[in-house]
Amino acid sequence: MSWRSLLVVVLALTLVAPAAAAEQRASLAEIEKEVMCPVCGTLLQLAESPQAQREKAFVKRLIAEGRTEAQIKDALVAEYGDEVLALPPDSGFSLSAYVVPIVAFLIAAVALALGAWRWRRAGGTKDDGTPGAKGPSGEDAERLDADLARYDL
Amino acid sequence: MAVLAVVGLLVFGLASKGSSRLEPGDLAPTAALPQLEGGGSESLADYRGRWVLVNFWASWCPPCRAETPALEEFQQQHGGPRFTVLGIDTQDLSDDAVDFVERFGVSYPQLRDGNGDTADEYGTTGVPETFLVNPAGKIRLAVPGTVDEEYLRDEVEPLLPGGRS
Repeated sequence: MSWRSLLVVVLALTLVAPAAAAEQRASLAEIEKEVMCPVCGTLLQLAESPQAQREKAFVKRLIAEGRTEAQIKDALVAEYGDEVLALPPDSGFSLSAYVVPIVAFLIAAVALALGAWRWRRAGGTKDDGTPGAKGPSGEDAERLDADLARYDL
Repeated sequence: MAVLAVVGLLVFGLASKGSSRLEPGDLAPTAALPQLEGGGSESLADYRGRWVLVNFWASWCPPCRAETPALEEFQQQHGGPRFTVLGIDTQDLSDDAVDFVERFGVSYPQLRDGNGDTADEYGTTGVPETFLVNPAGKIRLAVPGTVDEEYLRDEVEPLLPGGRS
C-alpha cells in the first residue's frame, strides 16, 4: 500500500468514525418524540406528570451510560411494555400496522382500475357484444336537434 | 360489508377501552405477574383460600407513599396463612419500585404490572386503588383512592377471620 493510499484510509477513518458515533449517540429530545408516557397517553415530549418525569430521568441515565437509542427503547419496553413505543415495532403482529394500510391501498387501487376498465368496456359495447350507443336516440335526439335549431345563427 | 366490519372493530375497540371498575361480587382477575424482586411470577390464584388485600400502587404516586405505612402496619397485625396484603406496582420503573419497597420497609409480597394491563382488568382509573378479595377469589371491597388506618380497621378488619364484627 502506497503512502497516498494509507493517507486516504486514515483521512476516511478520521472523518467517518466520529460521524458514525454521533449518529449512534442518543438524545432525550429525539427519544421523547418517539416514546409515550404510558400513564398520560401522550408523547413523553408533551408530558409533565410525575410518571413522565421519572421516565425522562430513566432515559437521561441510560444516555449518560452511553446506551444507543435502540437499547434505550428496548429498556423502556422491558419496563412498560410495547405500548411505550409511539410507533409499533416492525415485527410480529405489530408489523400489520404497517402492512395492512399498504395492502388496503393496493386492493383499492386494483378495484378502482378494474372498475374503470369494466365501465369503459360496458360503455363501448352492449352486453351482447354489439357496439354501444354513441349518443341520444329517438325522442331525445329529436328534442336535441330542435333545441340546436333554435340557437342556430 | 367492509365498512360494517371497520365500524364493528371501532365499536369493539371503544367498548373494550372503557372497562369499568370491578365491583364487590365480581371475580378478581388471576393473570400471572412477575414478582417485583426474585424473578419468579405469581397469580392471585396462588392465594386462593386466603383473604387478599390487593393494592395497586406506583413509586411516583404521592398518595401511595401516604398509605403505605398503614398497609404495612395492617400486614404486621393480620398477615399470615389466612390473610395478606398483595402490592401490585403498576406503570412504574422497577428500580424505583424496589427503592420504594426498601424505603418504606414493606414486607408484603409485591408483583409488577409494568404495562398496566392488570390494573386495566380491574378497571382502575389511577393509583392507588385497593380491592379486598375473599378466599373464593371474589371481590368484597373496592376502594378507588387512598386507604388509611381507620378504613382498614372499620371496613376490612371485621371481614377477616377472627376480625371484630
